Amino acid sequence: MKIPYYPGCTLNTVAKGLDTSARGAAEALGFEMAELSQWNCCGATFPLSTDNVMGLAAPAKVLSGARKEGDTLTTLCSVCYNVLKRTNKVIKDNREKRAVLNGFIEEDYDGSLNILHYLEVLRDKVGFAKVKEAVKRPLKGVKVGAYYGCMLLRPFEDIGIDNAERPTIFEDLLKALGATPVEFPDKIECCGAHLAMNNEAVVTKLSGNVMASATGVGAELIVTTCPLCQYNLEKSAPKVSQERPGFGAVPVVYFTQILGLALGQDVASLGFDKSVIDIMPLLKNKEII
Amino acid sequence: MPRIGVFVCQCGNNIAATVDTKKVAEDMAKVPGVVYTCDYKFMCSSPGQEMLKQAIKEQRLDGIIVSACSPHMHEKTFRKASEAAGINPYRCEVTNIREQCSWVHHDQTKRVGTIKSNDLTRMTIERLKKNSPLTRIKIPVKKKALVIGGGIAGIQAALDIAEGGREVILVEKEPSIGGNMARLSETFPTMDCSQCILTPKMVEAELHENIKLYTYSEVEKVDGYIGNFTVQIRRKSKYVDEDRCTGCGECIEKCPFKTDSQFELGLTKRKVIYTPFPQSVPNVPVIDAPNCPKIQKDKCGACAIVCGPKCIDFKMEDKIVTEEFGAIVVATGYQLMPNERFDEYGYGRIKDVINGMQFERLASSSGPTGGEIRRPSDGKVPKSIVFIQCVGSRDEKKGVSYCSKVCCMYTAKHTMLYSHKVHGGQSYVFYMDIRSGGKRYEEFTRKAIEKDNAMYLRGRVSRVYEKDGKVMVQGADTLSGTQVEIEADMVVLATAIVSRDGADTLAQRLGIGYDKYKFYNEYHPKLKPVETVTAGIYLAGTCMGPMDIPESVAQGSAAASKVLALFSSDEMAREPITSVVNKVTCNACWDCVTACPYSAIERDTIKNRQGEVVRWVAKVNDGVCQGCGVCVAACRSKSIDLKGYTDEQVFAAINAF
Amino acid sequence: MKITLSRDNIESALIHQIERISGEDFKRCYQCGKCSAGCPVSYEMEVPPSQVMRLLQLGMTKEVTEANSMWVCVGCLQCYSRCPQSVSVAAVLEGLRQLTLRKGEDHQQIKDVPIPFLKKAPQQAIVCGFRKFVS
Repeated sequence: MKIPYYPGCTLNTVAKGLDTSARGAAEALGFEMAELSQWNCCGATFPLSTDNVMGLAAPAKVLSGARKEGDTLTTLCSVCYNVLKRTNKVIKDNREKRAVLNGFIEEDYDGSLNILHYLEVLRDKVGFAKVKEAVKRPLKGVKVGAYYGCMLLRPFEDIGIDNAERPTIFEDLLKALGATPVEFPDKIECCGAHLAMNNEAVVTKLSGNVMASATGVGAELIVTTCPLCQYNLEKSAPKVSQERPGFGAVPVVYFTQILGLALGQDVASLGFDKSVIDIMPLLKNKEII
Repeated sequence: MPRIGVFVCQCGNNIAATVDTKKVAEDMAKVPGVVYTCDYKFMCSSPGQEMLKQAIKEQRLDGIIVSACSPHMHEKTFRKASEAAGINPYRCEVTNIREQCSWVHHDQTKRVGTIKSNDLTRMTIERLKKNSPLTRIKIPVKKKALVIGGGIAGIQAALDIAEGGREVILVEKEPSIGGNMARLSETFPTMDCSQCILTPKMVEAELHENIKLYTYSEVEKVDGYIGNFTVQIRRKSKYVDEDRCTGCGECIEKCPFKTDSQFELGLTKRKVIYTPFPQSVPNVPVIDAPNCPKIQKDKCGACAIVCGPKCIDFKMEDKIVTEEFGAIVVATGYQLMPNERFDEYGYGRIKDVINGMQFERLASSSGPTGGEIRRPSDGKVPKSIVFIQCVGSRDEKKGVSYCSKVCCMYTAKHTMLYSHKVHGGQSYVFYMDIRSGGKRYEEFTRKAIEKDNAMYLRGRVSRVYEKDGKVMVQGADTLSGTQVEIEADMVVLATAIVSRDGADTLAQRLGIGYDKYKFYNEYHPKLKPVETVTAGIYLAGTCMGPMDIPESVAQGSAAASKVLALFSSDEMAREPITSVVNKVTCNACWDCVTACPYSAIERDTIKNRQGEVVRWVAKVNDGVCQGCGVCVAACRSKSIDLKGYTDEQVFAAINAF
Repeated sequence: MKITLSRDNIESALIHQIERISGEDFKRCYQCGKCSAGCPVSYEMEVPPSQVMRLLQLGMTKEVTEANSMWVCVGCLQCYSRCPQSVSVAAVLEGLRQLTLRKGEDHQQIKDVPIPFLKKAPQQAIVCGFRKFVS
């Protein structure tokens, strides 16, 4: 199985680990992440203003290109997923905007792509049962907080990957990997997102809420799908430790990294070395490696 | 030559402002067959009607046209006046020159309005010339009523009809009558105990000589029409002989199996042979067959062994009984919207998040905690409770757009009950608006705030989550413009009132209308609040939409009075606007039978003298036919006509245009 | 504070412009406050989300354009996600941002963005930040 794949900018640079571990895991599970021959930035935010379509041109370009390589497109980054899926819906449902966009990018794209997050590929195409069978290094005894954040879930009407208030797709995967997912209240709350640029205090507070909420119920590890969530959480950890007595930072990694780990991939290839908070002591402690 | 009189109404200025009524009268005088015309300020007034009667007598008129408002308003008035003056009422026709003419034209020169009024009136004149005199249809009335639903509205309707001396069968789906009201603790604004005021009525209904209770029963099929309904009722097997059971309760005592109690909304368990609550009427237990090992696997049977009168029969089967009724009162009530839809509030996931009805059970002295407020998770007395209003109500996205009407009041009541039962307990209420219109209602909510220390916060809650055994509530107080976080012990959701599951199916069986929320439609929201479009079927209570107990009771009585009025004479008269089949030309294609929405057309035979069937023909049942005219349009051989609106009349009117 | 209401303010061209950019009808908001309740950055806003809506309903554009609310909004869509009336305050705040940005006024000077951030942060944060803060 070959699935057209859009990595997005961040995965080509600072979040390389998310990309390589996902490709490796795909291989182990018997499918191939076929990177699009040509792609550009998705725009990194779905434009909330509706009076013009300028902000949709970049993702539309990605989509029209991808359509030439297949009828599905998969992504890993929550933001890319959100932007591409919502843009695709606009093109599909709104004739007027479709015409303007196609005129601008000089294409004739109709919104017929099926945009899938990697998690959906695992759930719906591969099947979590099959993932479970392929596990070689079960993450036994590891309490993991599955951090969804915002863009993977909202708005439900456009995204619909799972129930927006009590999603379980992430936990279901973790269970298949042998880990113990912990239910923490802030798993769908915001990390602070792009305010990282100019409002560190807010990011520290929001990311702190998320991490404290997870560790409060015993999470030893937080997994995420989004490079920005990962960055904000890790970066905030030292400050949060200072500000909140009793808080102990835990590693924050991408879900594909622990997927690769469970599937028995070479630990050195998973990109854990890029993390600020080292996951190795935890893995050794749990006798996973 | 006919002798027609035309009366043009000015309706004050309603018509006269844009129609020259005098000129219309003058112009109509020139139409052949018209022998008398006039215009007048208010034709519907007593002097107006007198004028009409006098003209009929003096001018020996045989047909009347009143050009006035919509026939919906005063057709009856003028037909009655015509009849009083000695002509067939169906020889009186009304031309609508108000709603369809003067009100839609603003030409103050009166030119357009006058021309159009002339046209419309002339059309009616030509139509009238082809009118045949009609006589009202008389239908015999079966003086027995069916009441569907044994909640407070249904009980009230049944009692009132029975008191009026008529027989009633009260059908209830559950093993006991009482409905949702039986679940309530106290009632606002008087705080009298719900069961204390309800149970006497339940017993009265059980003992009334004119009322027969069919509990654990459902309406399966409804045929017929006003005065003559034939209804099939499924009497579900109780596995207990109702007539011989003494209600001693020994069987319940000895039953070793338990399951969730629906009556207690899952807050406690009940036995598999059970009565829903201690004061059940009738006090006869039923066996919950799907959960009974004896019925499922032929194991146990303890109840039958201990039963003194030996009235338990594991082989008992459902019975279908057919009964005839003259009228039906539908009082099927409401249910609460499934709270699971509101994931952000954690219902179903967090044990100490309950709904308002569950709180009623916690506060009820006959409830699972004996009236002590204890939270479901660990049985502790909550030190603080957050009440969230409008859960599902006024929520277009996930719920319903309407207001459930009673939640503001019962939430205020809950805070009072809580403060009386748990001293020092703090209640918080998140509300959008306090809707306390009603006698002593506003005073009641103020009392909750001022005397019982309920903290009212104007805002909604965004999410509810668990943290260290507490229920965390994250809301807003829009009056101070701040976010509010409350560490509560329990959360109570004021869940939207919605129609019952299956409300649409029953409506289709009955042939009554319902809205998009599956609440039943009244005939007219103001002037016919308990009638339906189907004659002989009446509504009462929350099957029409959210309402409180006083309203439900009032509607039960109102529906009963309609039934009693109907039953006051042996036969009833109805408008003769029905279809009639020309037997000579009917070729029995049965298109009309398929097309008729009221099942009013039957397959009839024509027999020769030897009694052999010669031909099949369609036949219209005058009792059922509503005069909609669908069959007329469907008939390919043009063999059906609608009395009062025959093809001949309609063409005459068109030709006059 | 006392305000004087007038139809000119309530239906001002600016109000309609914000409605057009955001695609939201301010009258739809019935002030339940659920957005303010769930907004993760409400505490930081000078005017919380539901009050932004209220002020716009009253035609008080100055009060909202001068507040920091639009620059603090993270666009997490929790407000929209839970709004019973399906109003997106996030889109309204985007509309307010666009009012400023389309005039060529930057909220964030590029030269002031810390170098370590530019070097280490995910590209998406930089692109997104620029799109939200820079004209």
